[in-house]
Amino acid sequence: MAEAILFYLFAIGVLLAGAQVIFRRNPIYGALSLVGCFFFLSGIYVLLAAHLIAILQILVYAGAVMVLFVFVIMLLNLKEEELGEARWTAWKAIGVAAVVAGAGVIAWRALGPAYPGGPVRDNAMVVAGFGGVKAVGRTLYLASVLPFEITSLLLLVAVVAAVVVAKGKI
Amino acid sequence: MDFFHAHQAQHYLVLAALLFALGAAGVVLRRNAIIVLMSIELMLNAVNLTFLAFSRFPLVPNPPMGSFLSGHAAAFFVIATAAAEAAVGLAIIIAVFRSRTSVNVDEFDTLKL
Repeated sequence: MAEAILFYLFAIGVLLAGAQVIFRRNPIYGALSLVGCFFFLSGIYVLLAAHLIAILQILVYAGAVMVLFVFVIMLLNLKEEELGEARWTAWKAIGVAAVVAGAGVIAWRALGPAYPGGPVRDNAMVVAGFGGVKAVGRTLYLASVLPFEITSLLLLVAVVAAVVVAKGKI
Repeated sequence: MDFFHAHQAQHYLVLAALLFALGAAGVVLRRNAIIVLMSIELMLNAVNLTFLAFSRFPLVPNPPMGSFLSGHAAAFFVIATAAAEAAVGLAIIIAVFRSRTSVNVDEFDTLKL
């Protein structure tokens, strides 16, 4: 029961902060709402027993990535008229309604019968150490060591690409 | 599906679908390139939430050892890829802003025939 209450608390926080990201006019408010959204999402991850991913979410997303976003927003220093507003045209309203309706249809019709034996209840599968550093690390280094190394290569390429693209003149 | 009983996989999947819809709406609605990038981050996080929910509540009753945490590994890779994507995307925004002094995606139409 406590988990359900915490879930609804975090879920409402995630959705409200995510809506702020979209509907705030000034991108700096959007970026700060996104930080809040990531913190609430990290709470959801803890409820899912994904402790390592929850910590990584705060360190990498709310720490590193969002600092990069805020830094770029400050660097560009947009004027009031350059901010750009959410312009509602009829087609966009129809598109948003279609997206929301699609999410609703997926939520109610497709996900409900996804589990043949009825919904899975509490703590059915959680073994000791599930989602901790040791268990996830074993999975990373034993089962998926090649994707792990490719990811390190991807990060290297991204660092070089970011410098080359943003620098202008090398 | 009783919503006020203990938490179930469906709760998390519905939340992930709503979060993804929010991100997709932001991509099609907003014209500011930075906010479009932030909406993409929202969608990536929704995907992560789905991975973790299916890892916590597997579809098969007893998944084999070594595979039952692969959702966590996938979420790890998504986080790393999202960081790389944010770095490159923001670098592109800075480069375009330098030549056009604008971040409005409606004005980036040079490639349009």
